[in-house]
Amino acid sequence: MSDRVVVRIAQLAPVLGDVPTNLERMLSAARDAAANGVDLLVFPELALTGYALRDHVSEVAIPLDSAEMSALREASRGVSIAFGFVEETPDHRFFNSAAYLEDGEIVHVHRKVHLPTYGLFEEGRYFASGESVRAFETRFGRFAMLVCEDVWHLPIPYLAALDGAIALLVLSAGPTRGLDHEGHAKSSSAWERLLLTYASSLTMYVVYANRVGFDDGVEFWGGSEIVDPAGTVALKGRYHDPDQPTAPIDLDLVRRERIQTPLLRDERLPLVIAELARIQEKRRETLPGLSAEDRQRTESSAEERE
Amino acid sequence: MSATRVPPGVGVPALEPRTVRRILVSFLRHETQVAGLSRGVLGLSGGIDSAVVCHLAAEALGPENVTAVMMPADTSSPASLADAERVAADTGVQTRVVPIGEMAAGYLKHAPDASPLRRGNVFARCRMIVLYDVSAEVNGLVFGTSNKTELLLGYGTLFGDLASAINPIGDLYKTHVRALATELGVAETVRTKPPTADLWAGQSDEQELGATYDELDALLFRLIDERVGPDRLVAEGFDDAFVRSISRRVRVNQYTRRPPLIAKLTTRTIGPDFRYPRDGGGAKDRRLPPRAR
Repeated sequence: MSDRVVVRIAQLAPVLGDVPTNLERMLSAARDAAANGVDLLVFPELALTGYALRDHVSEVAIPLDSAEMSALREASRGVSIAFGFVEETPDHRFFNSAAYLEDGEIVHVHRKVHLPTYGLFEEGRYFASGESVRAFETRFGRFAMLVCEDVWHLPIPYLAALDGAIALLVLSAGPTRGLDHEGHAKSSSAWERLLLTYASSLTMYVVYANRVGFDDGVEFWGGSEIVDPAGTVALKGRYHDPDQPTAPIDLDLVRRERIQTPLLRDERLPLVIAELARIQEKRRETLPGLSAEDRQRTESSAEERE
Repeated sequence: MSATRVPPGVGVPALEPRTVRRILVSFLRHETQVAGLSRGVLGLSGGIDSAVVCHLAAEALGPENVTAVMMPADTSSPASLADAERVAADTGVQTRVVPIGEMAAGYLKHAPDASPLRRGNVFARCRMIVLYDVSAEVNGLVFGTSNKTELLLGYGTLFGDLASAINPIGDLYKTHVRALATELGVAETVRTKPPTADLWAGQSDEQELGATYDELDALLFRLIDERVGPDRLVAEGFDDAFVRSISRRVRVNQYTRRPPLIAKLTTRTIGPDFRYPRDGGGAKDRRLPPRAR
């Protein structure tokens, strides 16, 4: 296992609803990456399909054993690949998923847990939400993979780090909104602050792959980046335009940073779990209009779910 | 800015015009290409909004691929046509002049008592007919020229100047359009003259709307973008009657911003249940059939 991993972010503009074209471009990017010594190629969220799909969701969805997935798995013999797509399960649920492929195999699939459904976002209408966050072993070490909005909820990257990830891949379709007088979108500045905070407070590499281009008039701002565990932006893609920023990362830096600033060592998991349990209990108790009997029923059904 | 309607120093925050330009040029290029076309058509009035769209379109598609149509009515000011010609010359776009006087008169002789408002709407809809016909002739998309201030206030003619295929400036307040016009190098006479729908001599937007665009934009930004309620705005020093009348105006004109309502009968009604993006339609025949894998 080498500490040095050459990462490339494929900051492209997927064609909305056109899986064959997107697949062709992704395979060509994978061939190019393999030929140029790239170890890991990270595509954005829904790279295979485009983002603003609405009723296209069920039409562009693929099962894990599809021809498209096989083609990408084959490509992963030359370079490890992370990419976003619409996953259809055998029971016909549709997930906004990200797959990590390596040596011809699907190593891990993350199903987006937090589906934004507000403002211009409508994901909750079309997708089922994922129900787990797991780190996974890669040929470079233990990584985790999250999709866009997942990262806007503090516990999700936290769980990934506590599950042992030393690098977090964030696949995103971040739209430009709230442009300001300096030419930055409020959305992009907020993202950059967030990624920097996670990288330094969880002392891990954060690889952020954001798309560019337009879906139905909505523009995506690009600006993909890698932030190292010391909180330094180690690689930056162009804003608004296609790009393929490429750089080696040094996973030994995670070790050194965790010796220097052992924040994760000092995490108090029992305290967090106990306090969360207490807060959950308190929230149940304060549900308005619930009799003691109702409350008991709520609790037992919650236990059944667990 | 009137000290009575808007608290001092309050205005709509600026948007950095170089980035706005870059995004809007890419928008026009992308959405035209997604429609399977390479040309654009717009009505060039001599005003600042259509001048800005003309500059953006020329930059996005190349001036040879943009047709600017000047459509004076008999009552239009000759200065407007001169200003439009200036913008066309500055950008190098294709032009044509199609006076709509006869066309409008052909109908209006059947409506001799039509009010100035109705007559204005007839002019605006005649122009729409011309633009859509030219778009079919040159195989181009009609680019809209309505800004966010007008769209929110319903200050436009439904199926007239509000009709377009894509609109690059619909999320820019008039204040932003002015800043973008400077960035694009729109002729100074066009940038600095008082805004007018030019349906009759001496008509003025700001007179008709009862406030300046600076005031309107300051209020609309707080009300719409920042979601501040009317009571709070009055407490901040906005004029009460101004806040009430503009809020009401935005509300009652919602219908102008939506496609027609469809009576629902089936399980999949266009609109509420049949919901596709517009982009992506062209790609449809390139997709694998869903079950052919």
